[in-house]
Amino acid sequence: MTIWLRNRSAATGFGALALSALASPAFAQGNTPGINPTDTAWMIVATAFVLMMTVPGLALFYAGMVRKKNVLATMAQSLGAVAVISILWVAYGYSLTFVGDGASLGTLHRFMLSGMTMDSINPLAKTIPESLFVLYQMTFGVIAVALIAGSVADRMRFSSYMLFCVGWFTFAYIPLAHWIWGGGFLGQLGVLDFAGGLVIHLSAGSAGLVAAIMLGSRRGYGSENLAPHDLSLAVIGTGLLWVGWFGFNGGSALQANSRAVMAILSTHLAACAGALMWSAIEWFKRRKPSVLGMISGAVAGLGTITPASGFVTPGQGILIGLIAGAVCYWACTSLKHRYKYDDTLDVFGIHGIGGMIGTLLTGVFATAAIGGTPGLLEGNPHLLLVQAVGIVVTIIWSGGATYVLLKLIDVLVRVRVSHEHEVEGLDITQHGEALQ
Amino acid sequence: MKLVTAIIKPFKLDEVRQALTGIGVHGMTVTEVKGYGRQKGHTEIYRGAEYAVNFLPKLRIEVAVSADLADQTVQVITAGARTGQIGDGKVFVTPIESAVRIRTGETDADAL
Repeated sequence: MTIWLRNRSAATGFGALALSALASPAFAQGNTPGINPTDTAWMIVATAFVLMMTVPGLALFYAGMVRKKNVLATMAQSLGAVAVISILWVAYGYSLTFVGDGASLGTLHRFMLSGMTMDSINPLAKTIPESLFVLYQMTFGVIAVALIAGSVADRMRFSSYMLFCVGWFTFAYIPLAHWIWGGGFLGQLGVLDFAGGLVIHLSAGSAGLVAAIMLGSRRGYGSENLAPHDLSLAVIGTGLLWVGWFGFNGGSALQANSRAVMAILSTHLAACAGALMWSAIEWFKRRKPSVLGMISGAVAGLGTITPASGFVTPGQGILIGLIAGAVCYWACTSLKHRYKYDDTLDVFGIHGIGGMIGTLLTGVFATAAIGGTPGLLEGNPHLLLVQAVGIVVTIIWSGGATYVLLKLIDVLVRVRVSHEHEVEGLDITQHGEALQ
Repeated sequence: MKLVTAIIKPFKLDEVRQALTGIGVHGMTVTEVKGYGRQKGHTEIYRGAEYAVNFLPKLRIEVAVSADLADQTVQVITAGARTGQIGDGKVFVTPIESAVRIRTGETDADAL
């Protein structure tokens, strides 16, 4: 998400505006002059789209890939993240992330949204109501937390998961989002992350990797059949994620403008290219292009284009999607099995790796005519270095916070379910329900 | 009376049913089953994770016929279900001691 200051400049312009305001009754409806109804309308829609990515999008995407005895528990993780993070976001998340531009953290001036009014705006999004900016950014915090659940699917207790959500959101997400988007030191350094390649995908991916290693593999990993129970659910979930991503990346322009459309175009093309690349590799290597491969490639393309979407051309979006399909395929099928960690639904392999290479490729392909910043190909190698710094900080901070939190939670409530409960399934043992 | 039980490939059901109707067999029970014989199983791959699936889906057909129709029944099932590939299935014939049609109370051959 990058802030694009509207070119509402100059005293002459303001004079003309004031005159037309007097003449036009439409203007006299209580909006402050800075709030633009078109931008507001688009951002309301984009907000709904991004919420839809978590429920039902991610819930279906993940639930389709687990075994039947863990479907409801997997959906509960997405639902739980929506419920708890939304409340925490208005309590202190928004204020610490986006109010005040300290290098390390925001302020608590908007604790429980105190001081926010009907007409107030955040300086980072001057043309929409502050309440809408709060809501839009809330949906990003929600999905970042919900993504992590995929790496520890089938074996984490619901109580420990909810505690982890609160901790990771507070100690990993808020600082990272502030550092990159809220005026913190990474943003000041010039790190580009249009819609969350670092803040959402790499941070969730790093947390997922650490959590998967700390919890250990599922029982039967490598010996028993742990095949997905219903990939058609995952296909539906992917479709909802895909459409929702239009709001995720397009909305990150924070305005209804050409840059939003350009971001959506690159996003869609990257998803298509990612799906094609993953399938092509499978077709070549395994003689059959799997449906799981197609949707994995699409999500890889979407995650990878995320940081780049408002900075690159549509053609470069295709290229980024192709690279995403190939590299994420390698990460999920070779890297993971070589190092024998059970990142169950490939949160690191797809979101972590995708966010990482997308952030680097932003440094390569950034086009001044689109996002105002030139990258390596336009003669600015410095950007690539800055992007790499963003990656290193994100991995260390998110991974480190995850390690400390899980150690603490394990002392408090034990992170992993018992052997018996894992075999029986999380639906019945954690929630007292089961699919028949 | 004989009970003819056949395990066949699922996509062959319609051919077998038509062939049985052709020789005057007008009832059957079909069950979806899983199992393996010489065909063994197959391999499924999910993002590079390979799983050996030992039990393959098959259909079990059960037909009760009079003793003089049993051989012909076995023949048409065999002909209808054969592809020549491994995994075509098997046919078993067992004797039936007695039979009752529940609605009318008819017994044995009249009940078939």
